[in-house]
Amino acid sequence: MAEKNTTQKELTCICCPVGCALTVTIADDSSVTVTGNRCPRGAAYGEKEVTNPMRIVTSTVRVTGYPDAVVSVKTASDIPKGRIDDCMKALADVTVAAPIHVGDIILENVADTGVNIVATRSFRG
Amino acid sequence: MSKRTEDIVIIGGGPAGLAAALSARKAGCEKVLILERDRELGGILNQCIHNGFGLHTFKEELTGPEYAERYIDMAEEAKIPYMLNTMVTNISLRSDGRKKVTAMNKEDGLLEIETETVILAMGCRERSRGALNIPGSRPAGIYSAGTAQYYVNIRGRMPGKNVVILGSGDIGLIMARRMVLEGAKVQCVAELRPQSGGLKRNIVQCLDDFNIPLYLNTTVAQIHGRDRVEGVTLTKVDDNGKPIPGSEWEVPCDTLLLSCGLIPENELTRGLGADMDGKTGGPVVGENLECSIPGVFACGNVLHVHELVDHVSAEAEKAGNYAVEYIRQKRG
Amino acid sequence: MKDYDVIIIGAGVSGCAIARELAKGKLRIAVLEAKSDVCEGTSKANSGIVHAGYDAVPGTLKAKLNVRGNEMMEELSKKLDFPFRRNGSLVLCFEEDGMPGLEELYRRGIENGVKELKLLSPEEVWAMEPAISRNIVRALYAPTGGIVCPFGLNIALAENAAENGVEFYRDHKVTAIVEQRPVWTEKPPAKEGRMYQVQVDGEIFEAPIVINAAGVYADEIHNMICEEKIRIVPRRGEYRLMDKNCGDLVNSTIFQQPSKMGKGILVTPTVHGNLLVGPTAEDIPDKQDVDTTAEGLAKVLNLGSNSVDALDGRQTITSFAGLRAHLVHEDPAEKSDFLIEEAAGHPGFIDVAGIESPGLTSAPAIGEYVAQIVENIYPAERKADFVDTRKGIPSMALATEEEREALIRENPAFANVICRCELVTEGEILSAIHRLVGATTLDGVKRRTRAGMGRCQAGFCSPKTLEILSRELHLDPAQITKEGTGSEILTGKNKDTAPGEGGTWKRTQEPGGKEALHE
Repeated sequence: MAEKNTTQKELTCICCPVGCALTVTIADDSSVTVTGNRCPRGAAYGEKEVTNPMRIVTSTVRVTGYPDAVVSVKTASDIPKGRIDDCMKALADVTVAAPIHVGDIILENVADTGVNIVATRSFRG
Repeated sequence: MSKRTEDIVIIGGGPAGLAAALSARKAGCEKVLILERDRELGGILNQCIHNGFGLHTFKEELTGPEYAERYIDMAEEAKIPYMLNTMVTNISLRSDGRKKVTAMNKEDGLLEIETETVILAMGCRERSRGALNIPGSRPAGIYSAGTAQYYVNIRGRMPGKNVVILGSGDIGLIMARRMVLEGAKVQCVAELRPQSGGLKRNIVQCLDDFNIPLYLNTTVAQIHGRDRVEGVTLTKVDDNGKPIPGSEWEVPCDTLLLSCGLIPENELTRGLGADMDGKTGGPVVGENLECSIPGVFACGNVLHVHELVDHVSAEAEKAGNYAVEYIRQKRG
Repeated sequence: MKDYDVIIIGAGVSGCAIARELAKGKLRIAVLEAKSDVCEGTSKANSGIVHAGYDAVPGTLKAKLNVRGNEMMEELSKKLDFPFRRNGSLVLCFEEDGMPGLEELYRRGIENGVKELKLLSPEEVWAMEPAISRNIVRALYAPTGGIVCPFGLNIALAENAAENGVEFYRDHKVTAIVEQRPVWTEKPPAKEGRMYQVQVDGEIFEAPIVINAAGVYADEIHNMICEEKIRIVPRRGEYRLMDKNCGDLVNSTIFQQPSKMGKGILVTPTVHGNLLVGPTAEDIPDKQDVDTTAEGLAKVLNLGSNSVDALDGRQTITSFAGLRAHLVHEDPAEKSDFLIEEAAGHPGFIDVAGIESPGLTSAPAIGEYVAQIVENIYPAERKADFVDTRKGIPSMALATEEEREALIRENPAFANVICRCELVTEGEILSAIHRLVGATTLDGVKRRTRAGMGRCQAGFCSPKTLEILSRELHLDPAQITKEGTGSEILTGKNKDTAPGEGGTWKRTQEPGGKEALHE
């Protein structure tokens, strides 16, 4: 019955190293069901991946006065996959001053995603 | 020659060494010393700035440096002594069963440490181009993926603009994404075997997300370029990994990154005369992680290459406990 | 314009040996080297063998200079502090048919003045070298054969020459030579001579004596001014360098008796304790082609295994190829020999060409021989203050505990280990950079200190070495090269270009398209 109007996608869950093989079914009323996941995070991932895929972005920013050092950073939560490039371009202009502590906000609301960039390591200088 | 005496000397201040030190201290051992050859604790985690660490240990997803920093903070809090920029050059067994660790650093010069036990936590290194026996020229632009990772993530410098990656181990996959994000073009990842050695999730988020092709049953047949890499010849291989004549094609690039396997770094272990396991590349150990030399324990990637740092931490914790137990039994 | 008495073109082992020998006289000497460092051509990629001298045809320069070079090497290694070991050499004969050839080598050796040569039975060979194949019938043993560090020898000669006033110009590629005649009437001896203007990228170096020691390019330099042209064909040889684990598989250098199967492959320990297997021999058209090939590397292993059964390809830590400067003689009957003489019709222009094997062994003797040629046409007073010794870079790996402590006391940088595989410290790298004709590149540091020569092949130490070079030479890390301009290690900083941009490159599709993409 409903099978005629559904689409299925095979995905690999990226939430953890297990990498569950997910089957995501989208019904014609846009409802999404996920199978193959071994934990609730997989279900959430599967649904997001077919509607609005999100990614954590990790990178580095320059440090004032240290031409040969950078500090590693990440988006505090995941951002839309389509915004990764904008996020990287925004980080290109960022230079921070030491000392930096892990968790410090390096850039607020990166590329208007509503997500902050935070330091992932401390840099005492 | 400065001399000191310890109960446990831990060689390596990466995830294995830190976890071993913490558990040994918790189990009541006061005289623990970490010897780290790098300028900071944390080991290779410091350059693994991607996320995906710590789901087991901390029940949350951390980046490598965050994972390291938590352990470093715990070690600082427990006031575990460590020496940085310190290279161990030799471990020897004394006739009374105690061990002598010889090391050097700029501050202390030559060091001789007498200790009841040693915990080996030196980690691993990458297989080099020479060991892979890839024919061709020897220009600049050929780096192991880990060396490239150091340049990009620690120094903020790009080792290339247009990249081919040989080997689809996790570091290779992770570096494909890192190179793209930081401005390079990644032509492809070539994998000798019929399947990738990396985690599926890394194929999805490091290759698929960036439309980087993964060529299976493929290897580099020849490296081109005099001063700098100018390209590589890729070739399909048969079931035995032998190149199939006529299947070659050229890929222009200025950089070749190699991610073709990790080798436990056991020069010191061999020097000590411990029995080695030909399969894992690490020492032979019993249930209690003790080598064939009593009182010498091994944990982490020096023992065998682990997929997850969480497993390294768990294993190292045990090694720390077993070392303390060894000391207790010895001293009655 | 820069004005000298002698210009030497090429800072390989021949050029540097000549420079050092000439520096004993009161001469102003310049060495012009096209590449970024000394020891960059044939001198850097060879077997590192000090041949006994039974191979060369009696009466040739090769025979004479080989035996003399071999005699000189030991003392020179002590004076100039470079690694040399007289480990002896064996030529294995695998079939009775090969015996006349082996006996011919023995006779040649005797005629060339090689001492202590002996023909050994298989049992005598196995007693000496248990790893040698059971398939041998006889062997020629030459106790005077030895091994040397080719970089060590070349660099020691260069440093000692520089200490005695020779000026080295690296990255100075000769583009033209202009001959002016007649000149130098006031300089003794008062006879007709020449003044040569050697051009390097707009800069001019002038001298009445020019020595062409340009290795595989010696024909190009010669042909710039000589009517009678010469031709040098690069003969490529591929090698495998094996882990120190198997460095003691053999003690002597093991050659194979040349046969219809080919010239044979040698298996030898190196002075640093690795095992070296090679070379192949292949004439190629391109003088820059030092590519290794899958076939060549396979051949090295297969043929090498004829001598030593236990050879294990998995122990290879690196492979490389070198070019021998093979001089092509128009008359094939002519004996293949070094060309070391004043060029006909061009007084003061001296060729040192076709220096293929045993060129490394002969180098010190070539130095003497060329110095004598120069002395005959352009005599110079002896220097009273010639320094004939040189102290090499201390090696922490080889030092005793007391020596290590002394070095560290002098400079704590000797306790900062940079290359873990070969135990090379910051102190050694600093010494390599700051001495005369010092290292300016990663490869330069590697050849002087061995940092990066171990089993991890510079994976861990190259970023650290790069940092030290950048700091000490006051250069941005982006300017540090592997081996001269064009071989920069780094291409820019993070985020110089937008994600995935990478310049102007286009992605190449695999032929066949989709099947290539995973899944």
